[in-house]
Amino acid sequence: MTVHVTGEVLDSRRVGAYRHLTIVAPGVPERFRPGTVLAVTPADSAHLARRPYWIHRVRTVGGYGAAVQLVVDPTGAGGSWLAGLPVGARLPVTGPLGRPFALPKEPVSCVLVGEEWAAAPLFPLAERLRERGCSVTLVVAARDEAHLLSALEARRSARAVSVVTEDGSVGIRGRAADVLADTLVRAGAEVVYAAGRVDTLHAAAAAAEQHGAWSQTAVAVPQPCSTGLCRGCPLPVVGEDGVARDVRACTEGPVVRGDRVRWGELS
Amino acid sequence: MIGSGPAPVELAGMSLAGPVLVAAGCGGTGPELAPYLPDEGLAVLGGFVTRSITLNPRAGDHRPLVVETPSGLLHAAGLPSPGLEPFLATELPWLARSGTRVVVSITGSTLGEHAELARRLGRAPGLSAIEVPVSGEPFHAASLVSAVARDLPRGVPVLAKIRPDLLRVVETARAVLDAGAGAVVVGDALPAALPDGRPAGLSGPAIRPVALRCVTEVRAALPDAPVVGGGGIMTADDARSFLAAGAVAVQVGTALLHDPTTAAHLAAELASTRPAPQEDTAP
Repeated sequence: MTVHVTGEVLDSRRVGAYRHLTIVAPGVPERFRPGTVLAVTPADSAHLARRPYWIHRVRTVGGYGAAVQLVVDPTGAGGSWLAGLPVGARLPVTGPLGRPFALPKEPVSCVLVGEEWAAAPLFPLAERLRERGCSVTLVVAARDEAHLLSALEARRSARAVSVVTEDGSVGIRGRAADVLADTLVRAGAEVVYAAGRVDTLHAAAAAAEQHGAWSQTAVAVPQPCSTGLCRGCPLPVVGEDGVARDVRACTEGPVVRGDRVRWGELS
Repeated sequence: MIGSGPAPVELAGMSLAGPVLVAAGCGGTGPELAPYLPDEGLAVLGGFVTRSITLNPRAGDHRPLVVETPSGLLHAAGLPSPGLEPFLATELPWLARSGTRVVVSITGSTLGEHAELARRLGRAPGLSAIEVPVSGEPFHAASLVSAVARDLPRGVPVLAKIRPDLLRVVETARAVLDAGAGAVVVGDALPAALPDGRPAGLSGPAIRPVALRCVTEVRAALPDAPVVGGGGIMTADDARSFLAAGAVAVQVGTALLHDPTTAAHLAAELASTRPAPQEDTAP
């Protein structure tokens, strides 16, 4: 169930290259599951498309109850607008939207691979998995340290954390895809969760397949309405029946089984 | 009086619960919009126009199909359609139970395809009208409308959707009404291109003044023509401008993608009896 409410910015702080925005959005935190998004709307008629943001955390703020936290890349029309909102600003928000990560029924070993801001939904996912007794291995990757989501925080819910940067400013130099095969073997992974660029998701799905693991990928394609109304976010998949079709990333996704996506048609 | 409920609207022989219709392709299949409407659901609307249904299933494109542009959205051609049979089996029955007027938008590549769609949809339970987007060329538009109207049962009107092209809108409106259209919908997307050059339609507030002018001109030339106006309507005042220009009802589309509660707001606000807006004097 989704709500459309007026949210209020409670806190906005710069963390590396991003801004972490805490928004009071009554009705959203209690319905949140990792992998669902909050869609925001610039409150003008010049920018019409919705902007979906993965909910990074649900936190309790004194006097306000639960609020949601988003990681905002302050680039582009939507990102710079959202990042520039002052504390106290009110904005229409809709959420939580989309299909969340599916959680395993058994306490199995899970590898979580996140890239840059897109890693945001993996942190609450790691907590939920740990609550279920799953062993969590986290790989966080970015172009450089500034674009890396804090692995420090992740160490609380993960058994092992690998940090990968393209410029080598922190952790291993390279891309997330470079360390996947080894990580899966070392962790004895049975489920791989991935959030990031399309090529990284593709690599994660392929590595999982090769390793004999399930994969769940959070696909970040633009979602013009985020609510299933416009069909502007086609995601090419193969259905359970083996038939190729397009589903809407906003309603049938954004999290989909990695082995179901026709990755070649997305890039 | 606020809360008194909208006055019924007569359009092409149909009685609508109010003057606000959801435009084609902007309300999902119906259930997606329901969470953003009051408890009565789609029944608060004057009508729901479906996405354009083709005879056979049509796969969409995987490249970006909807792109933001200042005050508008660009929609690439190549939006998917489930095809008639799956639509009749799954989407139409839900809409038929929703309590609103169901207008099925149809599209095809030949007159024959349009005619077959009309023939098979015309007797489907729950269908109130057919909407068909027509080209700006009057003769072609009239042929299309008469092909669709010919096989429809009495009481199922054709709404001909005309793009707001001032050069041809009056001539095209006259042609389609003569050919048997029950009403004209003025306010389709304007021809445009995506940044990569692919053909697209431009909708949203960017085209509102153009669409409003076209509604005004059609009503001036054809004072008795039943006109549904649309094009970038975001607020109740926008809708009132179209009603004041002579439209009997309005369609809301792009605004729903920006804010899915727009249809509910418009329906509620238009139920109140505020006068048409004065000219905007803001600096």
